Amino acid sequence: MSESIAPARPVALETQDMTTGYGEVNILHGVSTRVHEGEMVAIIGPNGAGKSTLLRAIFGLLPAREGTVHLHGDNVTGQRPDALVPKGLGYVPQVDNVFPSLTIMENLEMGAFVRRNGLAERADQVFRLFPDLAGRRGEVAGRLSGGQRQMLALARALMLDPSVLLLDEPSASLSPKMVGMIFERIKEINDGGTAILLVEQNAREALSVCHRAYVLAMGENRLEGAAQDLLDSEEVGRLYLGA
Amino acid sequence: MATIEAQPIPRSEQWRDYRRAAGAWLIGPGLWIIIGAFMVWAVFAERDAFVVGVVAGSIFALGALGLTLIYGVLKFGHFAHGDMMMLSGYLAFLFLSGFIVGEKPGDQLTILPVTVNDLPGADDPIWKFSFGYGLWVAMILAGAAMAVILVGLDRFVYRRLRVRKSGIVIFSIAALGIAIATRATILFFWGPSPRLYYPGIRERVDLPFDVSLLADQLFILATALVATAVVYWLLFYTRLGKAMRAMSDNPDLARVSGINTDRIILQTWIVAGALIAVAGVLLSLQVQLDPELGFILLLPLFASAILGGLGNPVGALVGGLIVGITQEVAVTLDLPLLGDVSAGYKFSVAFLILILILLVRPNGLFGAKV
Amino acid sequence: MSILSRIPWAGVVAIFVVGFLVFGVSYEQTAGALPDGNLSGAFSFFVLFLTFVMIYSIFTLGLNTQWGYAGVFNFGVLAFFMVGAYTTAIFVKPPAEGELQDYIGGFGDALNFAPGLQTDQWFVPLVGTLAAGIVSGILALLVSIPTLRLREDYLAIATIGVAELVRRIAIEETWLVNGTRGITGIPLPLRDLVSRGDEKYLKLAIAAVVMVLIFIALERAVRSPWGRVLLGLREDELATAASGKNVTAFKQQSFVLGAVIMGIGGSVYAYTASSLTANSFDHFTGTFLFWAMLMVGGSGNNTGAVAGVFVLWGFWILTLQIQGYDLGDALLIRVPYIREFVLGLLIVLVVLFRPTGLLPQEPRVSIWVERRVRALRAAASRPVAASAEAGGGDT
Repeated sequence: MSESIAPARPVALETQDMTTGYGEVNILHGVSTRVHEGEMVAIIGPNGAGKSTLLRAIFGLLPAREGTVHLHGDNVTGQRPDALVPKGLGYVPQVDNVFPSLTIMENLEMGAFVRRNGLAERADQVFRLFPDLAGRRGEVAGRLSGGQRQMLALARALMLDPSVLLLDEPSASLSPKMVGMIFERIKEINDGGTAILLVEQNAREALSVCHRAYVLAMGENRLEGAAQDLLDSEEVGRLYLGA
Repeated sequence: MATIEAQPIPRSEQWRDYRRAAGAWLIGPGLWIIIGAFMVWAVFAERDAFVVGVVAGSIFALGALGLTLIYGVLKFGHFAHGDMMMLSGYLAFLFLSGFIVGEKPGDQLTILPVTVNDLPGADDPIWKFSFGYGLWVAMILAGAAMAVILVGLDRFVYRRLRVRKSGIVIFSIAALGIAIATRATILFFWGPSPRLYYPGIRERVDLPFDVSLLADQLFILATALVATAVVYWLLFYTRLGKAMRAMSDNPDLARVSGINTDRIILQTWIVAGALIAVAGVLLSLQVQLDPELGFILLLPLFASAILGGLGNPVGALVGGLIVGITQEVAVTLDLPLLGDVSAGYKFSVAFLILILILLVRPNGLFGAKV
Repeated sequence: MSILSRIPWAGVVAIFVVGFLVFGVSYEQTAGALPDGNLSGAFSFFVLFLTFVMIYSIFTLGLNTQWGYAGVFNFGVLAFFMVGAYTTAIFVKPPAEGELQDYIGGFGDALNFAPGLQTDQWFVPLVGTLAAGIVSGILALLVSIPTLRLREDYLAIATIGVAELVRRIAIEETWLVNGTRGITGIPLPLRDLVSRGDEKYLKLAIAAVVMVLIFIALERAVRSPWGRVLLGLREDELATAASGKNVTAFKQQSFVLGAVIMGIGGSVYAYTASSLTANSFDHFTGTFLFWAMLMVGGSGNNTGAVAGVFVLWGFWILTLQIQGYDLGDALLIRVPYIREFVLGLLIVLVVLFRPTGLLPQEPRVSIWVERRVRALRAAASRPVAASAEAGGGDT
């Protein structure tokens, strides 16, 4: 499942020459990425490459010092989450990604906060993707297992049916069995039409479900290509995938 | 694979494990048992004090609820809470009577053209209460005024500090400055002498089980119950309430979900304002209108909120009741060596509860969220 | 940088303006009231004014040690003030006698072990003041144990509680310090050196000497290795903790040191006022006033602390003197409340617009700490995901 859907579909999300950082230091130096509608794109690379920073900059959690972000053609650079979410952009942080004292259902309600109606139907649709959660909608999120929590984090972000979803290391701190399951879910979400931009440490798993990928290192674009090509590439394998 | 023989645990370590388990049990379920036992004893041994304690406790619960909401959503200690409660009491007084203090002591200056007491029958006592429906109207007006004041303070003070990402202590210092200014405002308009809404003898009501209260106290309990129920409904059954709890859990994630956190903050201040006003009027009814009460009120309020677990609304309710009951019962005690505990020590009892809970279980009975 | 730009003009100007006003207004007010004329009246008044500036500076310096240097939020200065003042009183006074006096202690006579050497003039008060500091310090130690390792605002509410408790005990337990009847006739140290009329100069001298000694000692302490850690703590607690220093221990030491200083301040107050009544102590003049003084003058800065006292006490005195003018009854009885309102307002304004106060903070003493702080801050400000990224991958 790693054919590239390249130029056939319009661009859903695009960053150009994104440069930003924290304090005096820049983490990203002119990073450009592109996600087409319905596509799943991975961003892989070594530690400290700035992968998570890129997502944060796209989602307006970090001001962009240089460069732009375009969502469906509109320039949304620097806009904050409450402006981006209604436009169809979703984000799942790596940690602290559920509301622990709220129930599963309430977590979903928060995901759909900006839209006041159609909550129940949408929740049912989302629960179909995550049947494990459906049976426990009254349970408090803090009591869920790691895997269940990660699923809830995804479910919350799906409540507004985003056209583009940003995922920050969805498999982090999950057991190997759970990792497989999470990626299955992510694939299902993508199959449903949602474009996904995925930052992952677990490069092999990411490349096996995505269409395309970017390799980032030291805050710069290094490689780009169809996921299968990158998986096959010896250079990538040596440098970034481990033996 | 060779098996490793299990080593017997040495005696000293066994004892240490027992002690640790006993300690954990004491801090956990043991604490509940101690509190429960105390309550049961108090009901039988000092029933009158217990009843008054429940009344006072319900007021503290309302105050602590507002305090804990502010802690949860705004993440700082609102040290102006007590003085704001007192200000609400005085504002209700103003709406009722239109008075501020005049030039010479004892003088009264009417500054409102029309007051609530002017409404027909507003100050005719209802049933056995010392007040008429006027007090309700005044309470609602005070709530509205308090909401406006708090939103204004947020706009001009707290929001500036939020934008600057100041530390929590800076917020608390600003709140303290506001508390000082609030107390001074009360003194400026109404002078230092304590006063009542409606002077005169207050009627008692006799209930079954040897319980006897002032009618006004029954009102306080009922109102506190209603207010608490409304707030719980708000927090657990409405969109706004859930968003407040979400922000209390994780403000970043709330933002990420597209929630307009500034609006939620504003709405939190409005809810807090209403709670402060109701608690303030009830307090003034229970005790009296007194400018000096506001600051030391912080002691039972914080003790209740921390006892229950900061940020936890259920905790605030339970904490308030425990503090109220303990305060009232403690001052009836005759301790060996130390003799009578005078009534002046009531708020110091709250302080001692606070120290105890910080020593033993700093996260409170229900777990802190902040 | 020229020397002109290094002078904190805001502070200096404020001090001069206030000093001038205080003198000027009291000059005008004493017109005709004294046989020697305005000047001596104004001068006497000014001496009294300065005496209290000195005494209150001691408290503010103590508060600066706690808050300005270690970030410890003490909102119960009143507790240490009262403990210091009363401890001194019961140490230097003779035992309680008569129906109207009831207090513990009364070691004054017992401590006067060598009347020939006039020990009642210097030894007894020395013991009294030392005791004040020690008891204050012990109280601070006790309060800090449950609270310091927790959040800062827990300590704030705990200190409010301690202050209220101390106040309550003083009022209720009349056997302890004679409650609201008060302890009177606290002897002034070295009183035999001056005539009755000149006692005010002696009081000023004692207050000034104590204040200056404490000031010098604190300035020394700040520049010592201990002090440097403290400054690092104020700047960045995380970094200081990461470099292996026991943060809680340092905070506790500052808290106790500050309390000892406040106790000494209470002691000097006792000598100056010579009588202490329990209900004359309140949270406003015992705690809030010093906070306003510290914030206005400059927290984290000993010189700023003293400047703040001068300016704010000047403001206080001026508003008292204003009541000597004809303002109309309505305003007159309200002047104290307006004054208190301004105090609260000042605290808020300083927090909002000039957190450093009138006098800017001192530059940091250690380059090593600075470098460490910057490095750790850069590391700490990377998002959690990034640091998990850093830690999560294989090599």
